[in-house]
Amino acid sequence: METIILFAPLVGALIAGFGWKLIGETAAMWVSTGMLFLAALLSWIVFLTFDGTTEQIHILRFIESGSLSADWAIRVDRLTTIMLIVVTTVSALVHLYSFGYMDNDPQWPEGESYKSRFFAYLSFFTFSMLALVTSDNLIQMFFGWEGVGVASYLLIGFYYRKPTANAAAIKAFVVNRVGDFGFALGIFGLFFLTDSVSFDVIFAEAPRLAETQLTFLWTQWNAANLIAFLLFVGAMGKSAQLFLHTWLPDAMEGPTPVSALIHAATMVTAGVFLIVRMSPLMEFAPEATTFIVYIGAFTAFFAATVGLVQKDIKRVIAYSTCSQLGYMFVAAGVGMYSVAMFHLLTHAFFKALLFLGAGSVIHAMHHEQDMSHYGGLRKKIPFTYYSMLIGTLAITGVGIPLTYIGFAGFLSKDAIIESAWGAHTEAGMFAFWLLVVSAFMTSFYSWRLMFMTFFGKPRGDSHTHDHAHESPRTMLVPLGVLAVGAILAGMIWVKPFFGSHEQVSAFYGVPIQATEAADTTDDGTAIGWSVGQGAIYTHPDNQVLENAHNAPKWVKVSPFIAMMLGLGLAFWFYIVNPTLPVRLAANMRPLYLFLWNKWYFDEIYDALLVRPLMGIGRLLWKRGDGNVIDGFLNGVAMGIVPFFTRLAGKAQTGFLFTYAFWMVLGIAALITWMSIGGVH
Amino acid sequence: MTVFAFYLFAISAITGGLFTVLSRQPVHSVLWLILAFLSSAGLFILLGAEFIAMLLVIVYVGAVMVLFLFVVMMLDVDFAAMKADMARYMPLGLLFGLIILMQFVMAFGAWDANAAAEGLRAQVTPTDMHNTQALGMILYDEYWLLFQLSGLILLVAMIGAIVLTMRHRTGIKRQDAITQMMRDPAKAMELKDVKPGQGL
Amino acid sequence: MIQSDLSIILPEIILAVYAMAALMAAVYTSKDAMAPLLTWVTGGLMVALAGWIATNGEGTNIAFNGMFIDDGFARFAKVAILLAAASVLVMSQDYMTRRGMLAFEFPLLVALSVVGMMMMVSAGDLMSLYMGLELQSLALYVIAAMRRDSVKSTEAGLKYFVLGALSSGLLLYGASLVYGYSGTTLFSGIILTAQHGEVSLGLLFGLVFLISGMAFKVSAVPFHMWTPDVYEGAPTPVTAFFATAPKVAAMGLFARVLYDAFGLAVADWSQVIALLSVASMFLGAVAAIGQRDIKRMMAYSSIAHMGFALMGLAAGTVFGVQAMLIYMAIYVTMNVGAFAFILMMEKDGVPVTDIRSLNQYAKRAPGRALAMLILLFSLAGVPPMLGFFGKFYVLRAAYEGGLAWLAVAGVIASVIGAFYYLRIVYYMYFGDEGEGLDKSGSPVLWGFLMASAAVMLLGIINMFGVEGAAAAAAAALVN
Repeated sequence: METIILFAPLVGALIAGFGWKLIGETAAMWVSTGMLFLAALLSWIVFLTFDGTTEQIHILRFIESGSLSADWAIRVDRLTTIMLIVVTTVSALVHLYSFGYMDNDPQWPEGESYKSRFFAYLSFFTFSMLALVTSDNLIQMFFGWEGVGVASYLLIGFYYRKPTANAAAIKAFVVNRVGDFGFALGIFGLFFLTDSVSFDVIFAEAPRLAETQLTFLWTQWNAANLIAFLLFVGAMGKSAQLFLHTWLPDAMEGPTPVSALIHAATMVTAGVFLIVRMSPLMEFAPEATTFIVYIGAFTAFFAATVGLVQKDIKRVIAYSTCSQLGYMFVAAGVGMYSVAMFHLLTHAFFKALLFLGAGSVIHAMHHEQDMSHYGGLRKKIPFTYYSMLIGTLAITGVGIPLTYIGFAGFLSKDAIIESAWGAHTEAGMFAFWLLVVSAFMTSFYSWRLMFMTFFGKPRGDSHTHDHAHESPRTMLVPLGVLAVGAILAGMIWVKPFFGSHEQVSAFYGVPIQATEAADTTDDGTAIGWSVGQGAIYTHPDNQVLENAHNAPKWVKVSPFIAMMLGLGLAFWFYIVNPTLPVRLAANMRPLYLFLWNKWYFDEIYDALLVRPLMGIGRLLWKRGDGNVIDGFLNGVAMGIVPFFTRLAGKAQTGFLFTYAFWMVLGIAALITWMSIGGVH
Repeated sequence: MTVFAFYLFAISAITGGLFTVLSRQPVHSVLWLILAFLSSAGLFILLGAEFIAMLLVIVYVGAVMVLFLFVVMMLDVDFAAMKADMARYMPLGLLFGLIILMQFVMAFGAWDANAAAEGLRAQVTPTDMHNTQALGMILYDEYWLLFQLSGLILLVAMIGAIVLTMRHRTGIKRQDAITQMMRDPAKAMELKDVKPGQGL
Repeated sequence: MIQSDLSIILPEIILAVYAMAALMAAVYTSKDAMAPLLTWVTGGLMVALAGWIATNGEGTNIAFNGMFIDDGFARFAKVAILLAAASVLVMSQDYMTRRGMLAFEFPLLVALSVVGMMMMVSAGDLMSLYMGLELQSLALYVIAAMRRDSVKSTEAGLKYFVLGALSSGLLLYGASLVYGYSGTTLFSGIILTAQHGEVSLGLLFGLVFLISGMAFKVSAVPFHMWTPDVYEGAPTPVTAFFATAPKVAAMGLFARVLYDAFGLAVADWSQVIALLSVASMFLGAVAAIGQRDIKRMMAYSSIAHMGFALMGLAAGTVFGVQAMLIYMAIYVTMNVGAFAFILMMEKDGVPVTDIRSLNQYAKRAPGRALAMLILLFSLAGVPPMLGFFGKFYVLRAAYEGGLAWLAVAGVIASVIGAFYYLRIVYYMYFGDEGEGLDKSGSPVLWGFLMASAAVMLLGIINMFGVEGAAAAAAAALVN
């Protein structure tokens, strides 16, 4: 069944990509969508019937070279099943949604076929993502990792006639290369140290790695920390964490369904998945995880601040995504892998919902994306309005404090904030405060989006507003389904993800008696049970879950208060007194510009990295490649070879005695060669 | 005496060879070559291989060289012009000749034919039989295969000569032995009685 | 004894006797009118003999006191020679008949030269070597000059003959040196002298002269000068024959002498062969670029290919011989196909050999152009065509034989050489519009072209078992 889930999207992609001329565009789209729904259905069956035991389904031998052996196998455990439902569900809905959204796209001239290509890319992306999450070893994971990178590149640059789209696609690809370099180094390091890329072997070796020293860049490192750090660099690239985040906002150049699927729900969470998957290693790398906490918290804060002032509806949501990913990394960094996955799951629902809702708005507004041209759309597109309202309620975390009743984001986000506090470390406390502040800002910008879009008076082109219309049903059905998920996902699964120790352990298939028995050890390495049983691993010393549950009331209430404050402020700014934000921006112009320009990250990178590197690249291209290498090869090809050709032609005089002379010459040469160069 | 004869033949063979190359007149060259062959035949006799010596004289001197002489005399080749051309390449040719020569001096200077080689070398003159007989024994027995192969080679040479030279030109009178022999003198000739002073 | 000897050389005897009988029959009956029939019969007989040799031979049989060796190596080479010769004969029949060139002697001379080639690869003695060599060469000289009315053909035959005589002289001189230093002409005896200690310099000098003589036959640089002139001047079917069977025979002879007679002095001759190899590869690649005549280009191409085959030989290992045999088998197959194409190149019934006449050929004859494209890619050594694997084998052999520099040089040479093959592809597909060639040619030629191209593609699966056969043959030669 898992094999069918994995390959159904590939079949769909191949049929839609190569066979659409045979079966027609519409049929190709339906085939790929049907394949995805099949995969989603099977994924839910697998998720609901999964009993907690890790299984491996061998597909084929992949690489066999020396001691490096990587099979292509599907690893089925709780993590995989969670990712399966997230990926296939969102993907299936996005496929369906694209029927409406991609219809009559103004980017393409009349009569040009682009839809089946789009669907093929989407399906290919889904296949790669599934290959990533079902991987049983790092090599396979890396292939999935690069596969989604390619799909992302193709989809961001889907409007390839638009220069900005191409630039964004290249930027995403290049920035991800930086991360992938770290990831690849991490894989090399693991192979170097454990002589294997298989998860089982690596996990079992993790305690040993914690005691191994490694020299890298002329410095002694703790092996576990170094490798965890390198892997996190990979995750930073894919998940758009601070310093490697610059590509994500630009990636919004792609069609909106792509943003929903790839740049909100699935691909960008691959980094979180990687960290959680490597939890047995992370647990033995305290410095690296502390680093993860800091980066995650900073990202959450940074992205939220930038999101406050953006005008493009998709960019707001993009920064929101970036910020929410930061939350997930904080959770993973403090050792609450389960909570990170929880937020990943709920986030997939409500962020996909928000993006698709935004897409619906954009569709209604004839591909106008600037929020300052929206306003008062509540009446024109009510269904979209309500679904986005649900999404906003979910992301801002509306619920009844101190209970388990609330929208999805309420449960998962609060769990993260409590976990950060529960870490009882300096980094944890720091993250706690940053996350609370971010929650406030999240609430503010989310409601700002809602208010600017759906309330107030219509702004901008009146013609566009007059013709604003509700989207077709293929777009609304996915919105409805995701809205249900955004409401219920948190409440249904809060116990398995963030319940008692026993509930979580049972959910992930971690042997319970083992966790208890491990309490007896004191040197940090677990004795009596092996690392890597079950889907995630928590170190016996890891008491964050208990601490989080036993957190004081103010800790538990603080995110709610932050949310309410943000809502109130947004209401005041955009409903009660809409002129205030403009004046505020004018008064605090430097700060506004700082945020509007995304902390000048792009400019700094441009000055520090892009320009110098472009310069070097240009130098190597013009001088190194053009003059030296091409010059050399062209010189050889155009100068030296023809010279010898002419020489050979001249030697061929046609006279017998010349020929005979050459033969004698040859004899003389051979004899000399023999007597000089020979062994004698 | 034999030593004297050996040096006589050897020197005249080398001289013959040298002047074959050096002489300006092609006819002279052929004559010098004949001298070289004769001297070699003399050397063979000294070795006791009189049959081969005779072959050399009869086949090479008697047949091949005479053919050469005819060819050289019939073809009007401007040897002087060729020589002039050759002069241009002479220095280079000499240089390579010298190199090869030096190499050989090196090789022969260290004449270290293997001990086993001496043993393997066949007896030059059989003691208990006639020279010609011995050759025949070897040729038709041990070297049967080679003998047949040489036959094939000669056959190919014959075919080649015919293919390359025979032309079936039409309108040429060709000899037809059968018709010639079958001719009846009575029919072939018509006797006419010509009167004196009248003509035909 | 004579009976068992005769049974060992039975295939050669059959072919020789057939040639003589057919000669008599043709002379006393209809002469040239019989030529097409004779051509097909000769080809058929050769195929039959090849099949017989391939299936019946077993082990190593020695005849005539060691002068004739029938082992796995000889059988592999003979099968290749016979099949190549048969293919070329069958291909040439239509071409020559239409131009009135087909004399009944032609198939018979080819048959006799094949007898010589079979003797060459089976030679166990310097004398039988020479006899075989002369038998094949003499026949080749004649058929090179067969078109008497063409100055070029005559010139080709004459040049080939004179230079061939010179090379024979070199070879004979080498043989006499070897005999002088080892005391025997038998390979099995020569190798014994090396066993007793170091190989003497004189013997090695003899070997160098032998190598020179044989290098002439495989047209290795610097003994290659005759090749372009003869290839260009000789009638195209004859050129096709020159490029295939005799090359296999000469290569086989090369390996035979080097391993059977000098197998204990590998280090001594390996460097000489390497020198020939590298010179041939580079000259073949570089000089071919300047050619406008496709037959002349194929001459340089064959020089370069012989360089690669020699590389396998230079490795001095069993694998090297195997690689050489595989290379030759692939080379012959490619050349049969390429010459089938060249034989079809004509305009208004007149053969054309200018490369530029192929401009836009793909538009007129897409199927043939595609087949030729495959062959050219294969000749250039572009994967996944079979030609690539041939090169790969010899490069690997050279590398494993400790001649990494030679392998590197081979790669560079093949890159240079790719140019002129791909240029033809360029002309065929992207060339200027011009007056094109006819789309004529007999179905036989078409069949050979397509079959050869198909082999280049399908052979990559298992090389039709040639690999295993070559391995067995190499093992039989190198003990």
